[in-house]
Amino acid sequence: MNKSKSAYSEPTKFGKKEHHVIVVWVDNEAGVLARVVGLFSGRGYNIDSLAVAEVDKKKHLSRITIVTIGTPEVIEQIKLQLKKLIPVHKVADFSIQDPKILFKELALFKLVANLKKQEKAKKICKKFNVVVLDKSKKSFVIQVTALRREIDKLIEILKPLGLVSTSRTGAVAMTRGPEIFK
Amino acid sequence: MPKLFTGAEIVFKCLEDQKAEYIFGYPGGAVLPIYDELKNHKSIKHILARHEQGAGHAAEGYARSSGKPGILLVTSGPGATNAVTALTDAYMDSVPLVCISGQVPTHLIGTDAFQECDTTGITRPCTKHNWLVKDANDLAEVIHLAFEVATTGRPGPVLVDIPKDIQFKKGKYKFIKKKLTKKLNGKSSNKINKKDLDNFINMMKQSSKPIFYTGGGVINSGPEASENLKELISLTGFPVTSTLQGLGAYPGDDPLFLGMLGMHGTYEANNAMHDCDLMINIGARFDDRITGKIDEFSPKSKKIHIDIDPSSVGKNVKVDLAIISDVNELLKNLIKRFKENNKNFLESNKQKTSKWWNQIEKWRQKKSLNFINSETTIKPQHAVQRLYELTKNKDTFITTEVGQHQMWAAQHYKFNKPNRWMTSGGLGTMGYGLPAAVGVQVAHPGKLVIDIAGEASVLMTIQEMSTAVQYRLPIKIFILNNEYMGMVRQWQELLHDKNYSESYSEALPDFVKLAEAYGCIGIRASKPSELDQKIKEMINVDKPVIFDCVVDKEENCYPMIPSGKPHNQMLLGPQDEKEEVSDEGKILV
Repeated sequence: MNKSKSAYSEPTKFGKKEHHVIVVWVDNEAGVLARVVGLFSGRGYNIDSLAVAEVDKKKHLSRITIVTIGTPEVIEQIKLQLKKLIPVHKVADFSIQDPKILFKELALFKLVANLKKQEKAKKICKKFNVVVLDKSKKSFVIQVTALRREIDKLIEILKPLGLVSTSRTGAVAMTRGPEIFK
Repeated sequence: MPKLFTGAEIVFKCLEDQKAEYIFGYPGGAVLPIYDELKNHKSIKHILARHEQGAGHAAEGYARSSGKPGILLVTSGPGATNAVTALTDAYMDSVPLVCISGQVPTHLIGTDAFQECDTTGITRPCTKHNWLVKDANDLAEVIHLAFEVATTGRPGPVLVDIPKDIQFKKGKYKFIKKKLTKKLNGKSSNKINKKDLDNFINMMKQSSKPIFYTGGGVINSGPEASENLKELISLTGFPVTSTLQGLGAYPGDDPLFLGMLGMHGTYEANNAMHDCDLMINIGARFDDRITGKIDEFSPKSKKIHIDIDPSSVGKNVKVDLAIISDVNELLKNLIKRFKENNKNFLESNKQKTSKWWNQIEKWRQKKSLNFINSETTIKPQHAVQRLYELTKNKDTFITTEVGQHQMWAAQHYKFNKPNRWMTSGGLGTMGYGLPAAVGVQVAHPGKLVIDIAGEASVLMTIQEMSTAVQYRLPIKIFILNNEYMGMVRQWQELLHDKNYSESYSEALPDFVKLAEAYGCIGIRASKPSELDQKIKEMINVDKPVIFDCVVDKEENCYPMIPSGKPHNQMLLGPQDEKEEVSDEGKILV
């Protein structure tokens, strides 16, 4: 007999992995984020990025946006497992390729650079809704909103221009058009 | 101004309104106000365990044998951490448990106070939900909601952590029912539609090689579900196999029953699962001990899956028709619909499935549960068979520990009713059976309760014999003693070149003397000739008994599906170990 030294079967099939955005509406109560991220880590799901804040003060509802990667089966499991959590109201799932969905991330960059380099940096960031938040002769802080991969690229470009600190949020998502997710 | 109650009073008012009869627990500093209140509530009896894990398994045994939620009361810190194994066990096997734990006073939370631990943090992944109550006014609502969460949808454990100051503080009491219903979301069952039922029936009609594969969901759905399962199977005449947890839902001695399936299931059940053209899964979850190698699992069949938990569907195996429902609801609706148009199905369909039944009979002829009996040493299978023969006329409840003895019990003890078989399947917790038997006996006074045990497992929670003695619970601990962690030894023999690393217990207590030390009866049987007499002696004594059944040390549990193999490549016995099972197979004598 072929001796696998395990009491468990070996993994065989691997489906194609895809990036998905999972949006979860939850009661904003103690420990709710731990329940959601604990479910991800406990079951071996991936979290690429996470954004969470209360969106309805009266009903104490928070909206959690998680970017994850997984096979279609894993994505389906994530949704079903999330729905089982008691504080979870609804769960939406969008492929990152879905043209009907808007995604945005916000990033803050601090550059230590002379004015010339600062101008150059500002120009590069122009099409990403750049806002200058702070400015001195030696440094400035700018804010951009863009897609994840665009911010990744910006970081590479800004490095030689004196980028010393980066802070960025996870992606948030919303559908185009008048519909909302029920 | 509504009347105010202390937190401790509110706990008991909730338990009374939930019609709780028993609490299993262990006192400690952070839970003393609740224990103080116990004396004022005569309808609720507390069973003092000897370890919180024991209390937890006892609550599980109580719940599984009675269909009611088990209630567990523990203190903070070590009390709560000791309960974690039982909570996880209940989570894996879908047992409704409500655990109430004491916590250090709210102002000390987070200061590493004496016997403080992050109880809700630790138990988050092993409960359906948990709560830390920081206001006595929330307590009643939380506890009632806890009962609802534990018992609705797929049942499971919940935990309510109550800081000591909240147990003293006064708050309002109100009993609100059904808070969860407004957001179903797969948390409990949905409506069944007619189209699905018709689909189901059509698939049954088209099948020439059908099989029912039933699981613990049938048991959890209540005794009526088992009755309806019997009716559906008698209407169709289809063969039925069961998972470990589902045993008893369908009578074990019925000719349509193929025995248990899975890693140590019967040859006929596993081959029928592999070759069928229609698999009807009712309340089972395609666990890895059942499916074996997923890619080669029942490759030619259409599959129907009935489960109350939406996340069980499609998790391991893709199915053709999934219905999210309580088993009993589904069966009632299905039987009604089926009877409308299929008056003579059983007769008219006989021809269609006759070839299938012939094939199943051929597999049955292999008699895969057979073993070579001995006149000098007790074979463990023989011991279980004798135990079955001598107890089958009583309404007997069986619990087990985990390992070879558990599989032999599942193979050779035949159950005819649901809720008579309590075993740790999902988590596989050694030490489950003895305390579970305590809980079963509490729920069923006067009934015969036997823990079929291994000597290694039973030592993990042996202290609960004291509990049995204290409450005069005449549980019988039937130890198949081979001095080895038998299942570990078996895997080491088959897969690790007989390197029996740390699986032999070189020192073991004298179980007869141990029984006497605890104040119960000790019985030992070492020869096959004395077995029956000793078993009868055990049954007839109205006291807790430890029965030391000295069995063959090196017997292996067959048949088995070796790791990474599909269902049709079973090992039937020792002679198969070196070679692949051929189509002829090797019949054990």
